[in-house]
Amino acid sequence: MLGEMLRPKSFAGLFAAAPSVALATLGIAIYQHGAAYAGSQAVSMMAGAVALAVYSIVVCQLLIRTELGAASATLLSLIAWLSVAFGVLALAGGLI
Amino acid sequence: MMPIGFSPSSLREGRWYEYLIRFGLGGAATVFTGLIGSRYGASVGGLFLALPAIFCASATLIEKHEIRRKREAGLVGSRRGREAAALDAAGAGLGSIGMLAFAVVFSMLVEGSVTVAFVSASVAWLVVSVAAWFVRRKLRFVPRPRMGEGTHSSTMSRSHSG
Repeated sequence: MLGEMLRPKSFAGLFAAAPSVALATLGIAIYQHGAAYAGSQAVSMMAGAVALAVYSIVVCQLLIRTELGAASATLLSLIAWLSVAFGVLALAGGLI
Repeated sequence: MMPIGFSPSSLREGRWYEYLIRFGLGGAATVFTGLIGSRYGASVGGLFLALPAIFCASATLIEKHEIRRKREAGLVGSRRGREAAALDAAGAGLGSIGMLAFAVVFSMLVEGSVTVAFVSASVAWLVVSVAAWFVRRKLRFVPRPRMGEGTHSSTMSRSHSG
């Protein structure tokens, strides 16, 4: 909602990457499994954040350079998010 | 001059069910991430803390609102809608640097104090995101119009000049 009220739109977009889901999930993780578990989740979250940066660039380029609408561009770009997220995690040794 | 504006009247453009969809998606993403963590462990579960689940819905709604606004003015508005959603995505890209800062700070502090970790990580997200936006604004390249060309007045150029 805050993102909707702010101008310019690129600034409002910062709130599209707000860690709102992370705050809730990490809170539950601490309650259920303890601080160390939540800490290791946050380490993996770094790979997810890198993937989110790539995802945002891909969405932006698809919307500007193709005729795809927002729904198609954002859903199609999830392939990029998944590839980069698991790729970075694998490179960092998280899957080994 | 401060380039950031606040327009509460924009909320009136949204329908109640659009906010409900976003709220529902946020809850669903939290549950989904929790389930992934339980099934595949903290390492894979942690990745999904940065899943752009709500972003899909918000970009679609931004596009829809722009198209609606243009249609009310008698225009098609599909290109304008895509450009508005693209600007939101560009902002999300800068926000992801803030999200990275959140994860780094949280992982460093959580075993010391949970409250301090949450507060510091949230502050780190806000400071780094806003700083990244201002740095991008300072470094942006805006090509000058060639001699004889009219002023291009798309969403992109107007927003970049704002």
